[in-house]
Amino acid sequence: MSQLDYLAPVTPEEAVRALGAAGARPMAGGTDLLVQLRAGRTRPDVIVDLKRIAGAIGVRQEAGGFVIGAATSGAVLGEHEALVKAWPGVIEAANLIGSTQVQGRATLAGNLCNASPAADSVPAMIAARATCVVVGPGGRREVPVEAICTAPGKTSLSPGEFVLEIKLPPRPARASDAYLRLIPRTEMDIAVAGAAVNLVLDAQGVITEAHVGLGAVAPTALLVPEAGQALVGSKLDEAALARLDAAARAACRPISDKRGTAEYRTKIAGVLARRAAAIAYKRAGGAA
Amino acid sequence: MSDVLDRPDIGHNADDHLKVVGTRPIRPDGADKVTGRAAYGADFNMPGQLVGKVLRSPHAHARIVSIDAKKARALPGVKAVITGADFPNLADEFHEGGEAASNLRDMAMNVIARDKALYHGHAVAAVAAISSAIADEALALINVTYEVLPHVVEVEDAMAEGAPLLHPRMFTEGLEAKPDKPSNVAKRNRIARGDLDAGFAAADVIVEGRYTTKATHQGYIEPHATVASWAADGQCNVWSSSQGQFMVRTYCAKVLGKEISDIRVTPAEIGGGFGGKTVIYLEPLALALSRESGHPVKMIMSREEVFRATGPTSGAVMHVRLGAKKDGTLTAADVELKYQAGAFPGSPVGAGSMTALACYDIPAFRITGYDVVTNTPKVAAYRAPGAPISAFAVESAMDDLALKLGIDPIALREKNAVHNGTKAAYGPTFQNIGYVETLQAIRDTEHYRTPLGPNQGRGMAVGFWFNVGGESTAAVNINEDGTAVVVTGNPDIGGSRASMAMMAAETLGIAVDKVRPMVADTASIGFSMLTGGSRTTFATGMAVVQSAEKVIAELKRRAALIWDVNVDHVMWKDGSAWCLDPAKADEKPLSLEAIAGQSARTGGPITGQTSLNAQGAGPGFAVHLCDVEIDPETGHVTVLRYSAAQDVGKAIHPAYVEGQIQGGVAQGVGWALNEEYIFDRDGHMENAGFLDYRVPVASDLPMIDAILVEVANPRHPFGAKGVGEAPIVPPLAAVANAVRRATGVRMADLPLSPPKIRAVLDAKGG
Ligand SMILES: Cc1cc2nc3c(=O)[nH]c(=O)nc-3n(C[C@H](O)[C@H](O)[C@H](O)COP(=O)(O)OP(=O)(O)OC[C@H]3O[C@@H](n4cnc5c(N)ncnc54)[C@H](O)[C@@H]3O)c2cc1C
Repeated sequence: MSQLDYLAPVTPEEAVRALGAAGARPMAGGTDLLVQLRAGRTRPDVIVDLKRIAGAIGVRQEAGGFVIGAATSGAVLGEHEALVKAWPGVIEAANLIGSTQVQGRATLAGNLCNASPAADSVPAMIAARATCVVVGPGGRREVPVEAICTAPGKTSLSPGEFVLEIKLPPRPARASDAYLRLIPRTEMDIAVAGAAVNLVLDAQGVITEAHVGLGAVAPTALLVPEAGQALVGSKLDEAALARLDAAARAACRPISDKRGTAEYRTKIAGVLARRAAAIAYKRAGGAA
Repeated sequence: MSDVLDRPDIGHNADDHLKVVGTRPIRPDGADKVTGRAAYGADFNMPGQLVGKVLRSPHAHARIVSIDAKKARALPGVKAVITGADFPNLADEFHEGGEAASNLRDMAMNVIARDKALYHGHAVAAVAAISSAIADEALALINVTYEVLPHVVEVEDAMAEGAPLLHPRMFTEGLEAKPDKPSNVAKRNRIARGDLDAGFAAADVIVEGRYTTKATHQGYIEPHATVASWAADGQCNVWSSSQGQFMVRTYCAKVLGKEISDIRVTPAEIGGGFGGKTVIYLEPLALALSRESGHPVKMIMSREEVFRATGPTSGAVMHVRLGAKKDGTLTAADVELKYQAGAFPGSPVGAGSMTALACYDIPAFRITGYDVVTNTPKVAAYRAPGAPISAFAVESAMDDLALKLGIDPIALREKNAVHNGTKAAYGPTFQNIGYVETLQAIRDTEHYRTPLGPNQGRGMAVGFWFNVGGESTAAVNINEDGTAVVVTGNPDIGGSRASMAMMAAETLGIAVDKVRPMVADTASIGFSMLTGGSRTTFATGMAVVQSAEKVIAELKRRAALIWDVNVDHVMWKDGSAWCLDPAKADEKPLSLEAIAGQSARTGGPITGQTSLNAQGAGPGFAVHLCDVEIDPETGHVTVLRYSAAQDVGKAIHPAYVEGQIQGGVAQGVGWALNEEYIFDRDGHMENAGFLDYRVPVASDLPMIDAILVEVANPRHPFGAKGVGEAPIVPPLAAVANAVRRATGVRMADLPLSPPKIRAVLDAKGG
């Protein structure tokens, strides 16, 4: 008979040691892990709960940016006023996950490390140029969010490594972001496509910096530099939006499955990118 | 015995005297349900019980060459392993269950496969073990050798020449000449009247279309669950969640070859059924495992098992051709329905055919239905079985006709409406129907006149359901303090406990909170057909009222004894006996409480019980109006507004009638927009969970305005008609018609999911 152990370390070092055991898996909120466990899709020998690690739950403001502990739930993020003001797109993406009950547990780090191509917060974090602090037997490193997922269900983390925190960079004035997803229903669903846009404007409303992240249209969430470039220098006029739409679509490499055809996903990625850009632009103070 | 013969003639209150019926008291089962105390199927436990689990076929169609369970049996903690060989082989025998007739032989083979597995998920073996983990390990140790056979899922593929045959000895019934080759078409049925060719020749316009729907699941929240105990003396007890404890008892007895008196079934609270719990799956397995192991056995399906192995309703392919005069008068209708039955015959195509044109008075028509077996789970009843499917096709075509003729869709329905005295397409002559009143109710809504915005459309559709009566037993027992208990044999799936208590209280003349309704086990009340066919408030309600009337007769007799007067001089009014004997003019009325308090001295407990076979259920007509808005870039449909009017006879508890209507609409909208069984190339369902099998969530729906039209059914003491099924009939077409009017394109293939709508809009160049 298989056996399942549960450990709840209180320091990152202890956690790294615990994760060194064969069959050990980190757990943040458990809203993916426990569901997969019950469905028999994963059979860990040891669950290493990250929630007891000092600082794992909570948001710190540091060097003008934000540092989010790996076990911080969506509900906690949504109640952090400064964070919501600076990164409304990242937080709306995080808060889209599941329902009120799921929000009490689900985390950004878990959403990322579960490595679903459709994870909602990941395109938003990518567009935000967020980074992960990864700790492991080899010490500590900081990598961009888009470097974590390598394929559906696969990450670049080596055995024993885990994400300790997620960092969102400092925000200049006239900057904002937005995330939109398409689901057939209105909630409790999985994205058929998702798009995040992060913009910085100058005083005239001209876009000086733009980053676009797409979800559910490739094996991993994508950073699409061409789509961002399509907006830079514009005031989000129709031509810029059309370039964004085309660049977003060009980056898509989706599959056809029960949730949507490749063709449909590609079209929707363009639509959502345009709409998200319009919301981000308005939030950043650009005239609509 | 018929309900008419059984009925004492004591006269009834006219509507305006009603004190309880028509009010909205809190439901007797409400507190338990909202506090989590209600005991559903999985909540029951027995000391020493084992965990039972099912091994299911990994193939859509395969011959079972051999089953080797030696290793599983040898695993410590495993107490029993059973296969099809542990069950008797039954002959064909049809059993009328309330919603549809079931062939017991097929049911037995659906419970556990014998020589062939007929769908992915078909039960092949079952184990009982001391823990869930050991039961899982045991399942993995059972070695089944399969010879995989070609399979067929889609209905027209199954009908095609050369299709893999599920039942090589099945020949199509209902053809003019007996076929010489076996077929997957179990039956062809036909309803026809008038000269079809002449009807179409007389038409000024003809509309025609091919329509398809996918298999959809009832989607009850509570998975099937049971605990079964087979004692050493052969006496069996079953606790389970179902729509009928007597149905479970009958079917278990048949499938296991037992006498009915050996089995007692206690109903659990039911967490939704919608027709899907009118058949059995786990109960006979749990009983057989209990017999083999000597322990009680508990079995609970996972959601995935519910999807893969319990009844959805049919997917279908349909053709409709309508002919009409310029003024909208229908001259002819030709309807062809091909329904998936799943692994065994018995799709609801019969009811789909009978209801297809039930709202219309057409001189010439032909309805042809095909019942087709496929390598998919055997369909089970789903709320107005078959009717929403055929209504989708007919009502879509009617909408096209309205558009083509430039006639208001309500006016078009009115022009061709059935009335009292019209001979229905399916045979009988309508009496006391409220169809045109229901059409009028929708026409009168503010909704119907409200202007629409861009990308919005408004659709309307009508629907019909028979409603049934049937056998029921009810008892009314008066307690010594003057309160009452109402006992029935019908699980409460739609607020029936409330309506039973209300009808008893109204009849007795006491407050509804003095009446406690309960649903009894099979040993504690007489036989009742299952809760289905929208029959309970009508038929069981009739039995409750007659039982209460018997109680009143007895109360009057007791009062007469107390007063020493002739019983003819006792009147029952407002919950008291009144003395009418002029010689005893001083006697104060005796309340029910006062009589009950003295019952020991006047002859013992006061009870009344009635068993009947209720006839004369009034059919239900529903008229729905739906507004949608399309997002042209994503194809996403938002249902903005929905009004549903229905002839309900008399709403005993209006809030629960409205709840039935709203629930039917919610399920119908899901069916129209997103719900579907998706099969992969191997015939495996790809979306066996609520993430990808998309029932609507609360935020997907607007408030649904339920409009109650009350055209009384004189056959029921208070005028009630069945209400639970008619409301799921129109929504598929109402939504599709709204989408048609919003997009300008007729979409005839459900569900109308966003990718399909976007593709249609792209093709249109929008
Ligand atoms: C009902 C329901 C609805 C949902 N709806 C959505 C939705 O709308 N959108 C969406 O994107 N997701 C949804 N999800 C999925 C899930 O809730 C999210 O992916 C969530 O963000 C996961 O976070 P968690 O903290 O619960 O992760 P966990 O379950 O704790 O972990 C997920 C995976 O990441 C690994 N992991 C966790 N933390 C770390 C870490 N710090 N370092 C390294 N590896 C780690 C775990 O080992 C596991 O493999 C839903 C889930 C449910 C049950």
